[in-house]
Amino acid sequence: MITAALVEALTGIVGAQHVRTAPAERVTYARDGLPTHRRVPAVVVLPGSREEVIAVVRLLAAHRVAVVPRGAGTGLSGGALADGSAVLLVLTRLNRILGIDPKNRLALVEPGVVNARLSVAAAPHGLYYAPDPSSQTACTLGGNVAENAGGPHCLKYGVTAQHVLALEVVLGDGRVVELGSPGGEPWGPDLVGLFVGSEGNFGIATRIAVRLLPLPRAVRTLLADFMSLRTAGEAVSAVIASGIVPAALEMMDQSCVRAVEDSVYAAGYPRDAAAVLLVELDGGSDAAVTADAETIESVLREHGARSTRTAADARERERLWQGRKKAFGAMGRLSRDLVVQDAVVPRSTLPDVLETIARIAATYQLTVSNVFHAGDGNLHPNISFDGRVPGLKARVDAASTEIMEACIAVGGTITGEHGVGLDKLRYMPLIFDAESLTAMRAVRRVWDPEEQVNPGKVVPVHACREWSGATGRPLRAEAWARPDTALKGSAPPSPPLRVGIP
Amino acid sequence: MSVLERVRALLGADAVELAGGPDAVPRVAPASPDAVALLLGTARQEGWRVRLEGAGTWLPADAPADLALTTRRLDRVPAIEPQDLSATAEAGIGCDLLRQQLADRGTWLALDPPGLAGRTLGSVVATATAGPLRQGFGAVRDHVLGVTFVTGDGRLVQSGGRVVKNVAGYDLTKLEAGGFGAFGVIVLVHLRLRALPRADQTFVLEGTREDLTQVAEDITAAGLQPAALELMSPALARREGWALAVRLAGSAALVAAEEAGLRGASGGRFTALRADEAHGFWMRAAESFATRPIAFRTGGLPDSSDELLDLLQHQVGDEWVSASPGVGAIRWAGDTTVDRLRRLRRTLAGLEVPLTLERAPWSIRSAVGHFGAYREGVGPLVAGLRRTFDPGEAFVVAVEGSE
Repeated sequence: MITAALVEALTGIVGAQHVRTAPAERVTYARDGLPTHRRVPAVVVLPGSREEVIAVVRLLAAHRVAVVPRGAGTGLSGGALADGSAVLLVLTRLNRILGIDPKNRLALVEPGVVNARLSVAAAPHGLYYAPDPSSQTACTLGGNVAENAGGPHCLKYGVTAQHVLALEVVLGDGRVVELGSPGGEPWGPDLVGLFVGSEGNFGIATRIAVRLLPLPRAVRTLLADFMSLRTAGEAVSAVIASGIVPAALEMMDQSCVRAVEDSVYAAGYPRDAAAVLLVELDGGSDAAVTADAETIESVLREHGARSTRTAADARERERLWQGRKKAFGAMGRLSRDLVVQDAVVPRSTLPDVLETIARIAATYQLTVSNVFHAGDGNLHPNISFDGRVPGLKARVDAASTEIMEACIAVGGTITGEHGVGLDKLRYMPLIFDAESLTAMRAVRRVWDPEEQVNPGKVVPVHACREWSGATGRPLRAEAWARPDTALKGSAPPSPPLRVGIP
Repeated sequence: MSVLERVRALLGADAVELAGGPDAVPRVAPASPDAVALLLGTARQEGWRVRLEGAGTWLPADAPADLALTTRRLDRVPAIEPQDLSATAEAGIGCDLLRQQLADRGTWLALDPPGLAGRTLGSVVATATAGPLRQGFGAVRDHVLGVTFVTGDGRLVQSGGRVVKNVAGYDLTKLEAGGFGAFGVIVLVHLRLRALPRADQTFVLEGTREDLTQVAEDITAAGLQPAALELMSPALARREGWALAVRLAGSAALVAAEEAGLRGASGGRFTALRADEAHGFWMRAAESFATRPIAFRTGGLPDSSDELLDLLQHQVGDEWVSASPGVGAIRWAGDTTVDRLRRLRRTLAGLEVPLTLERAPWSIRSAVGHFGAYREGVGPLVAGLRRTFDPGEAFVVAVEGSE
């Protein structure tokens, strides 16, 4: 229970200006990037150092108060919302880039570092951080780790999990563990891989070692437009089958194109096209990238592109990408409310699934705009609506469920990069059986026996099966006090996370 | 009723592949994931200790157990989807057979694990043994979209899926990839594929280790992105001196450009191998790791490779060693003692470099462990995960060792 004494103790740790208790202050944290969920936290705490994070978590554990970690709040699943019984731990003040090691191409950062800022800092060394969610100018790397964030360029370079080497994590009881190594080889099982994408349920990352990549020396960005969604979807499969892996392969349908073109982010997309594809190729050699781009351009034309055009310079490339990256913002013009969906289907099913989504939209008389990572089959059907209209939200929910079911029916999944959070909880039993959900919950209890870190997210507890015996048995707090039999070996006590950075 | 009789009654006589091997342990080969679950559920009830085997070509089949569970009858490939660049394969399929089936459909699994060609897919995933292609295409886990596994008490658990991007639920696949079977028996694997490269060329340069280390640095500094960049000891490369092998794979334009860059970075000193020579070169090197008693890998920073090779040479020799200087990974094979391995691991731990024991006789791996000691605070997590997925401690896996 959150008492005045507890708030006073929190204030003693982080300072009065970093504890928010007034309703007007707390309500600003009631949503994330997805406007359809709302929870007002009991208290908002903004620690300024890892030591303060540890102290706050220990204090809350001692009082059995739930804690919800949050970065910039740009998530799209309701994953960083805390209700009136929990403390919201906002990590944006932990925003230092602790070091960049150009020779080994890695960086050590705090969780509150904004994604795009790391690439800016690495650029003088000829390096950058590859995962690039659309919100990269605002979202934090800690949030990216929690959600295993993606982005357009993950088609070639992989999602966040492929770029995180090591972590310092504060567990739910305030203990600190170090996972992984800067070389990427784990000390034991791959707990870094397990942690990334755990949506804050396993603990709070306070230091993150990430891999940096060399900036590509050559880049080509193509825009192709199509007169039908189906043709555009088929062209995506043809590009993938060509054997050339584009850095990014994005699609926008007509509704999305028009929203962008009507906004300040207008990129020069053809308004009459049923869909446009944005294809980017990059690499170390201008000749190779040019040749591959020409091959892809031929493939696109052979598969129904009405026209193709290559960005003439960096400025035009930036303009084409701005339209894509700001598409969500532009869709805000369409209506008062927006449901942002996130599903993945096998790429070859894109043409059929896009038609199915259009049918569902027509059935429910809703405006659905598609802007998505076509190369990954990662759909983002977005439903624009006015929540004040009686009965409309129910129609949106029903349409969303039908879209998800259609994606699952072709072998897809319910989220490719936004996470489950609160929003997708209801869909989890559609893709995982009770045994698998229970296994997930049991794993969560190993990390967080009291289930007090970001409670109520990811695994729908009601859908779990009870595991008898030792399986899934909570590892209670007292277990931590027992001598660790696995520590009899040779490793020295862990020093602070080191990544070869002076 | 003996273990053998009980298994025969449970799964049928044809599931028993060997009534009693050299160590009198019956080898059981279930024909389906459900049969694996049934067997392990019974093992939990009966208190049997189970050792896991694939084709028996990587880890020696010598762990003390009541029965050996081999996945070799789980050898179907339910799906290859060239348009989606994904496939689903059972864990017992041999990598050579899988590779052929994929190539027939124009697809490629960009993994070249150490070991014999018939090593099972499940073994490669469970031990996370990537080969030189790790330089260009990542670790084993990066190729695995999802797995189905059976826990030590016979529960079938699915993780991930068959699409190329998926963040639904916790990523238990990462726990299974490289878990050495301590957290379950992998029975089904969903794989990320690539299109068969239009061009695939290998170049080799012989020289001293120092010289080749510098060339490798020059290649990296030149911004080249080879599929493999491997520094190999003379015995492993079957050459007079050390060898630096570079593999370029991708579109014809990409390979041509990279080849030109390679010549520029090295002064044109590399020799191109014919396709059959290249195949033999990489295959022999991979097989060499399965013909020595012990193999381990270390994971350091790229700029520490040279120092780590010196350390290995000093402590355990460097006759059979292969390093990926671009990613900092080193694989070693040979023969040594428990004490030397422990000392080496201690030294490496001081340098913040993990050592993972990949294969060894039971007497060695039970003493040294695949992982050895954990970092502070990690031990309880691993212990909790093992209790979760193997509550009866059915799996005989030398995870930590006995020091």
